[in-house]
Amino acid sequence: MLNSLLRAIEKLGLSKNEIVMVSGIGCSSRISGYVDFHTLHTIHGRALAFATGVKLSRPELNLIVPMGDGDALAIGGNHFIHAARRNIDITAIVMNNRIYGMTGGQYSPLSGYGTLATTAPYTNIDQDFDVVELSIASGASFVARTTTYHVQQMADIIRKAILHKGFSVVEILSQCPTYFGRKNKAGNAVDMLESYKTNTTSIGSKAKKENPELIERGIFAQKEIPEYCNEYNKIIKKAMKGHS
Amino acid sequence: MKKNIKFVQGNEACVEAALYAGLDFFAGYPITPSTEIAEHLAYRLPRVGGKFIQMEDEIASMCAIIGASLTGNKVMTATSGPGFSLMQEALGYAIMTEIPCVIVNVQRGGPSTGLPTHMSQGDVNQVRWGTHGDHAIIALSASNHQDVFAMTVDAFNLAETYRTPVVLLFDEVIGHMRERLFMPEKGEIPLVKRLRTSVKEGVDYHPYLPREDGRLPMSDFGGVHRYNVTGLFHDMWGFPSDNQKVVHELLRHLVDKINNNVDQITKFKEFYLESAETILISYGSSARSSLHVVENLRSRGEQIGLLELQTLWPFPSHIIKEKCAKAKYVIVVEMNMGQIHQSVRGAVDRPERVFLANRIDGVFITPMDIRNVMRLIQGKGV
Ligand SMILES: Cc1ncc(C[n+]2csc(CCOP(=O)(O)OP(=O)(O)O)c2C)c(N)n1
Repeated sequence: MLNSLLRAIEKLGLSKNEIVMVSGIGCSSRISGYVDFHTLHTIHGRALAFATGVKLSRPELNLIVPMGDGDALAIGGNHFIHAARRNIDITAIVMNNRIYGMTGGQYSPLSGYGTLATTAPYTNIDQDFDVVELSIASGASFVARTTTYHVQQMADIIRKAILHKGFSVVEILSQCPTYFGRKNKAGNAVDMLESYKTNTTSIGSKAKKENPELIERGIFAQKEIPEYCNEYNKIIKKAMKGHS
Repeated sequence: MKKNIKFVQGNEACVEAALYAGLDFFAGYPITPSTEIAEHLAYRLPRVGGKFIQMEDEIASMCAIIGASLTGNKVMTATSGPGFSLMQEALGYAIMTEIPCVIVNVQRGGPSTGLPTHMSQGDVNQVRWGTHGDHAIIALSASNHQDVFAMTVDAFNLAETYRTPVVLLFDEVIGHMRERLFMPEKGEIPLVKRLRTSVKEGVDYHPYLPREDGRLPMSDFGGVHRYNVTGLFHDMWGFPSDNQKVVHELLRHLVDKINNNVDQITKFKEFYLESAETILISYGSSARSSLHVVENLRSRGEQIGLLELQTLWPFPSHIIKEKCAKAKYVIVVEMNMGQIHQSVRGAVDRPERVFLANRIDGVFITPMDIRNVMRLIQGKGV
């Protein structure tokens, strides 16, 4: 994921000084400590709220927010839907490993019915939701899904997400062999990666029609709608005119 | 001169002062009795090129102002008890990462939803210890609109000077009451600008290496120095560390930079304290009733005075100890169950002489209420 991200940024030709990476708390959030951008490692679930403050105060900066599934959609679910609704130009990357990795394998809102976790020893009765559908319904103007197996596609999607003017969500199905894999007999990291190859398919593919169980990959939404910081600049113009 | 007089609510006085101090960015979520601050700023900020955003809750508001402060802006949020409770984790983050910001808490009655439109001063100790872990905090209050203005400007100055969140602890009476406000001229009150690093691009900048005077020059996010900011204990580069020395020194630094500067930070007002046998100690709107009592009794020859605290935290213990050294009675007047009373007792030589005159029913404490307590203390019956 880190490689694909760096490759995407390189391709875009962005200067490191123009990039701010804001993360929350979780295994996935530690990534901000490994990159040479402006990095803001915040508190669990709130990365998008911090990022909103950075972006609105300096709209020329590129905001990238990597999050775990718990970080983004349990504790941070409210911030997620509202950042999407505002369509503020931030790239949210949800690394969906379907588990709380950092704290050692408790179920997340994306674990899904019937899975096992340290806090679901008899099987999980929580239903999960679909990150893509949730994002589209919340108003995100760019929504995509890929996996850690599909590195080429990942780099391509991240690049497009950063380029997109508005709130972008990239869901990346990511393996957590230590907790999710072991508990759910999904095998080691290699097995899990392999499974992304066999369990997923491109959007609208023939394979999907034949096997509806397959998870689709690709860009699900890409819309031009008013971006929050642009709109606020218009408000400033309006307010200043009345002021003179 | 006349154009500089306004007749406003306390919340508006706070807004005027924030703009005077150079507020660039406000994020908030509506809550009585602070909402007017957000409403006025939604209108005023874009007129001066500033930014206002209504967030999805108070947690997000607090986080957003921290983000906006990092890019080099003066920032503020405003709330009341329930919202202030929600802000605590992010408030601790601002303390740990040393990001200047101002938080207004226009208090209402609590706990919980409490008394939304009534009077209380029940958040004094929450401001001090609301967020987890050892830390220091600055909290200011005011008893009239001119002081709301002055303390608000001071809050911005202190936030920049000490790189810390500063809480303005007002109350419902101050927030909503209308009163005259003399608008200071530009330049009349000194403003503290952000201390920015002079380290040039390409030269190592240590975001968390204090200078000899304890201050840490900042570099705006998005500027030429890229660095890491984290709520974990961190070294001078801003990278996480659990090295014992690093942890110890950072915690000491966070506490000492404020507690060792109590004298520079503290503001208070005194009325008739010389030769006072009875000293009232109060703050915020209850100081108004206290002053009324003092002036009334002084005119009848009683040796009574008032010490009005404007800085609540760090607690100015030595000033209280000194001022109360010769008093027969010290009476703390506040609208809670004795939150400052407790601290005053800890500060003076003879705590048995410290009494509490309070009201906790959502009704503004009157001079009569204070007099009744005084009669009891002085053995005259009610
Ligand atoms: C307010 C708060 N609650 C709980 C925690 C503990 N905690 C840290 S990370 C985490 C969940 C991590 O899961 P996820 O966000 O999916 O990221 P992952 O570690 O799987 O990448 C939790 C519950 C915390 N740091 N803060």
